[in-house]
Amino acid sequence: MNNYIKLIVLGLITLFAMIAANFARDLAYMVNALTIMLVAGGLFLWTLRRTGETPVAVDQSIYMDDVVRAGVIATALWGVVGFLAGTFIAFQLAFPELNFEWAQGYVNFGKLRPLHTSAVIFAFGGNALICTSFYVVQRTSAARLWGGNLGWFVFWGYNLFIVLAATGYILGATQSKEYAEPEWYVDLWLTIVWLSYLAVFLGTIVKRKERHIYVANWFYLSFIITVAMLHVVNNLSIPVSIWGSKSVQVFSGVQDAMTQWWYGHNAVGFFLTAGFLGMMYYFVPKQAERPIYSYKLSIIHFWALIFLYIWAGPHHLHYTALPDWAGTLGMVFSIILWMPSWGGMINGLMTLSGAWDKLRTDPVIRMMVISIGFYGMSTFEGPMMSIRAVNSLSHYTDWTIGHVHSGALGWNGMITFGALYFLVPKLWHRERLYSLSLVSWHFWLATIGIILYAASMWVTGIMEGLMWREVDANGFLVNSFADTVGAKFPMYVVRGLGGVMYITGSLIMCYNLFMTVRRSPAIEAGAHDAVPAE
Amino acid sequence: MAKKPETKQEVSTTGHSWDGIEEYNNPLPRWWLWTLYLCIIWGIGYTIAYPAWPMINGATKGVLGYSTRAEVAADIAAVEAQNEAINTKLAGTELTEISADPELNGYAQSAGAAVFKTWCAQCHGSGAAGAKGYPNLLDNDWLWGGDIEAIHTTISHGVRNETDDDAHYSEMPAFGEMLENEEIDQVVNYVLSLSGDAPDAALAEAGAVVFEDNCAVCHMEDGTGDRSQGAPNLADAIWLYGGDFDTVKETVTYSRFGVMPNWNERLTEAQVRAVATYVHSLGGGE
Repeated sequence: MNNYIKLIVLGLITLFAMIAANFARDLAYMVNALTIMLVAGGLFLWTLRRTGETPVAVDQSIYMDDVVRAGVIATALWGVVGFLAGTFIAFQLAFPELNFEWAQGYVNFGKLRPLHTSAVIFAFGGNALICTSFYVVQRTSAARLWGGNLGWFVFWGYNLFIVLAATGYILGATQSKEYAEPEWYVDLWLTIVWLSYLAVFLGTIVKRKERHIYVANWFYLSFIITVAMLHVVNNLSIPVSIWGSKSVQVFSGVQDAMTQWWYGHNAVGFFLTAGFLGMMYYFVPKQAERPIYSYKLSIIHFWALIFLYIWAGPHHLHYTALPDWAGTLGMVFSIILWMPSWGGMINGLMTLSGAWDKLRTDPVIRMMVISIGFYGMSTFEGPMMSIRAVNSLSHYTDWTIGHVHSGALGWNGMITFGALYFLVPKLWHRERLYSLSLVSWHFWLATIGIILYAASMWVTGIMEGLMWREVDANGFLVNSFADTVGAKFPMYVVRGLGGVMYITGSLIMCYNLFMTVRRSPAIEAGAHDAVPAE
Repeated sequence: MAKKPETKQEVSTTGHSWDGIEEYNNPLPRWWLWTLYLCIIWGIGYTIAYPAWPMINGATKGVLGYSTRAEVAADIAAVEAQNEAINTKLAGTELTEISADPELNGYAQSAGAAVFKTWCAQCHGSGAAGAKGYPNLLDNDWLWGGDIEAIHTTISHGVRNETDDDAHYSEMPAFGEMLENEEIDQVVNYVLSLSGDAPDAALAEAGAVVFEDNCAVCHMEDGTGDRSQGAPNLADAIWLYGGDFDTVKETVTYSRFGVMPNWNERLTEAQVRAVATYVHSLGGGE
């Protein structure tokens, strides 16, 4: 019966997608409609072939790890794609000739830049968050993932969202809102997927066998709920036509800007901070085999963090049409946020006290520690840059780019790598990683890459800010914009090299993880398929 | 080096364990807590001092009376007050006299450079060397005249724009609609021969007639152009869109219609004069 409902729904979606492709007003919409048609049609056939067969009984007593395994693979692959796009556009900025004439309108910087940001934040980061949260919530709740195949729906649905968004960008469907570029129908799809994610996560927590909810799950849950809210509000828009990708935002002018940066900053705060802190709170104590440093600190910094972060958005709009009072609040809350952010760093680093020797012997721990270090650095830098006077120098310069990347490459990237190195042997039942020395290579390449990146962007950002504001005795500007662009060239090359090192490290990681699955000695049968503890 | 005894491990855990993870009952680090308190106190003070809290009718203004807009306006007013006297003098001096007054000239040069970098560099390049379709301002080839007064007029009113009735205006016909393809090839060869290198000498010879019938009225018999109607000099080997055969043929076939805004509405008279002085001094000024 269930299958017949599925068939009807999938059939209708396929049919609707066909009609949509036929009436499509623009290429992006048509390609997206065809993609949906193929996916829904394929699922229709797949379901049809299985209808009438007795379903294979799934052992409900073990953890649902297949979807986590798929998520691990997706994370690693999307990571490489995102880093590659980023490195390429870094070189496009250094060498504009790389905006090839024959590819104008498709792979020039303007098209690839949102592709890069979405690939690393949503494809790499998002898959990492979804798969680690599924892993962590099951272990720390001692319960199998709630909702049966809903977990699979979340995984595939989310990755379909990424494909729709990415093809849309290249073909020109964009809302032009930073980190919220996907158009209305892709947003609607993500809303469905995200609410399913919330249901799976919350459902698992509800049926947990532990009395208390572990701190990692607070962070994951706050991330899921807040991102749902941010996503819905910031993407409120009215489609021009149901057959086209274009839509019109319901907010306009400075209200739109404020909504966008309320979203944008909290995408950083909840997606890239709270979510990844959830990751940190599980994988660091597991890898270090040490208790969390302070339960009290985790409570206080959690509530302070989520209360304060949501106010900090206006610091992106200093010296704009945004009223001063809003800017002041954004700045003040950003600064008060400093210590709550650092609470996570303290808890992460101090968890290692008594196990510092592992820094020498375990490159995975080293990766996690440097990630926490970058977290602490960028959560200090962020409040500092939110100060009006600092912002008047730093805003619109490469300093911002450097800041974002010390957080993204350092904190989000490294903690994810650490989690992947932890997860792969566990998920594929291997005794250990294929090679620890390759992890060391990855560690050093990535670390030096980040340092090259961040240092070059600090130099060029501050230089650029100073050049822009340089005036002569009569108050006249000394430099033209093109002068600053010319002056940045050497740093752009250094930044690109940093990217090359970072992506090389990630390729080494992919090889190492692949070989771990292929070559590492397996754990004896019987110990397979982790079972809820109690 | 003796290893420190691990006395601190006496702290108990909370007693929970999730998948083997426990939590210590450590208190909040003092320095952390006090820094947080300090930040909060500072934050309260800052929001009293500066505009911050939204109320029913507008937000609190802050006791310092600070406003970013007022701050910028004050900065601009200060610079304007500082330069007021010399700006008045600049706007009131004969254009040809500016360069003779060292003080005025020095001021006009730096002010003009700043205006140029802000408003002109986008098309003419920050070094004023131009680009395809945007004249090079360093050489002595001028479409509409290269003395200070002509430059001033061009900057003030612009070229072929629709916002200033006094803008320079002229329009070359698209000869693709009037001449045979063969004739165009001929005349292009002829035009190229004026500055030395015609790809096909025979065609160039035939092109002389076509040129005289169709082009000479604006570009003059000898091809040296006419500044009163912005007709470029075709004999000087300086090309606005390019001097290869294909580009010149494209120009002849489809014509060109380069546009420049009038700056008299966006810039003050003193600024226009300053940038005219600057451009005039770049090397080609007459």
